[in-house]
Amino acid sequence: MTVILDVDGLAKTYTGHGREVEAIRDLTFQIHQGEMVCIVGPSGAGKTTLLRCIAGLLSSSAGKIVLDGSPVTQPPPGMAVVFQEYGRSLFPWLTVRKNVELPLREKGLGKADRAARVDAALEAVGLSESADAHPWQLSGGMQQRVAIARAIAYEPSVLLMDEPFAAVDAQTRADLEDLVRRLWLQLGVTVLFVTHDIDESVYLGQRVLVLSNRPTVVLEDVRVDLPAERDQLGTRSSARFAELRSHVYELIQLAKKGHRP
Amino acid sequence: MRRALLALALPLVLLAAWWVASAGSTSFFWPPLRTIVEAFPHTWTADPLVNDVLPSLARLAIGYLAAVGIGVALGGAIGASRTLRELCEPVLEFLRAVPPPVLIPVIALFAGYTGWTSKIITIALGCVWPILLNTIEGVRSLDEVLRDTARSYRFGRGATLWHVVLRGASPRIATGARQALSIGVILMVISELFGADRGLGAAVVQFQRGFAIPQMWTGIILLGLIGVALSGLFRLVEHRTLAWYRGLRQAERGA
Repeated sequence: MTVILDVDGLAKTYTGHGREVEAIRDLTFQIHQGEMVCIVGPSGAGKTTLLRCIAGLLSSSAGKIVLDGSPVTQPPPGMAVVFQEYGRSLFPWLTVRKNVELPLREKGLGKADRAARVDAALEAVGLSESADAHPWQLSGGMQQRVAIARAIAYEPSVLLMDEPFAAVDAQTRADLEDLVRRLWLQLGVTVLFVTHDIDESVYLGQRVLVLSNRPTVVLEDVRVDLPAERDQLGTRSSARFAELRSHVYELIQLAKKGHRP
Repeated sequence: MRRALLALALPLVLLAAWWVASAGSTSFFWPPLRTIVEAFPHTWTADPLVNDVLPSLARLAIGYLAAVGIGVALGGAIGASRTLRELCEPVLEFLRAVPPPVLIPVIALFAGYTGWTSKIITIALGCVWPILLNTIEGVRSLDEVLRDTARSYRFGRGATLWHVVLRGASPRIATGARQALSIGVILMVISELFGADRGLGAAVVQFQRGFAIPQMWTGIILLGLIGVALSGLFRLVEHRTLAWYRGLRQAERGA
């Protein structure tokens, strides 16, 4: 399997107001093409910092991030990000369709091509009916689906998701998790999913990277050997799911106590 | 229907009160409203409309639009850069505090007394501040997540400026532009008080100096009507371009 994202010795120290905060000490991991990898860690583990570094929105202090063979120093072309704050990442002055279309226009796609991709993406997230609505006319879950549609229409090599479902209710959350699983299986896109929810990470991922607390290192790379076909009821009540969940839970508890490998 | 009635009720009452109170007036400076109304069509015939009112409005339009263009362009640049903002803020505060009418003699020295240029500059110079300062504030307070979104999708400079920065700042820009419009109407009149022979403001002053008191009152009423019409026009434009903002605000209040 080809390595699509290679994070090697990444470190990030914030400086400001006369003091230094070491957020990430030394992170090394690789993600292969087509994988679905979740990152969990205790709160304040620098998950968002890590994601912003990978997205090229934040410069790292040391180490290297390579996407598709080229080092990431600014937002790379092959990446799309779904932010946690769906309400603030969609352009409220544009309709749903225009929100999905604008990045494609900036990518230089022709009109017909754009229309086809927008239609397909909205269809895939089940929002064809709402194409001409404005984001603020939709519920939170629907808004996040617009953001997901925008990301998949962009056809990135890696899709980054930063706690995308942290702000929606539990039922919507389950629907959105299944949506992400389905899209991943259908489109074969590589997904890096950051979350603080242990169950979510095990349910979604093929691998779960458990982070230590700050300054962050990888505590363990947990392989999730659940079948590819997952569903909210069956998967979550299976014995293997419970084992994996407990294992990740214990790791997080260790991380909170300051355990490092 | 109810709203139209409410909006019209007070003006009608005031007009009626004026009509009744002034009906028997013999004061030279305070003529009956009836006399003023009768003087209106004789005063504002085709000639003054074409040679006084239209040029005044044209100067207002040019000065105002120039102020919008300059205010938004400069405000966009200053708002986007922290260094530029810190550099410019004290100067802007000073310049904003200088009342534009006191600059009229200075402007006249450079741009001439009677021509259009000095009047347009006066209007533009007065209108530019609220637009500039509101644009700076609007651009500065743009949501970080929107900026990150634009960056992560590699929006070009043009698209970021147009689709993200200016659209995001547009509610604030509209606020500034609305304040500027009323300043513009005032300056349209004031710019003609010094050394102008034609124009709406100049006409009012000439009526007053020639003791044509009812005619002077018609000029004042016409100015008021123009002000109302312009703010109505502004509301219409704002209503169309900022529909999303009203919807967003409503959705946020509902949530």
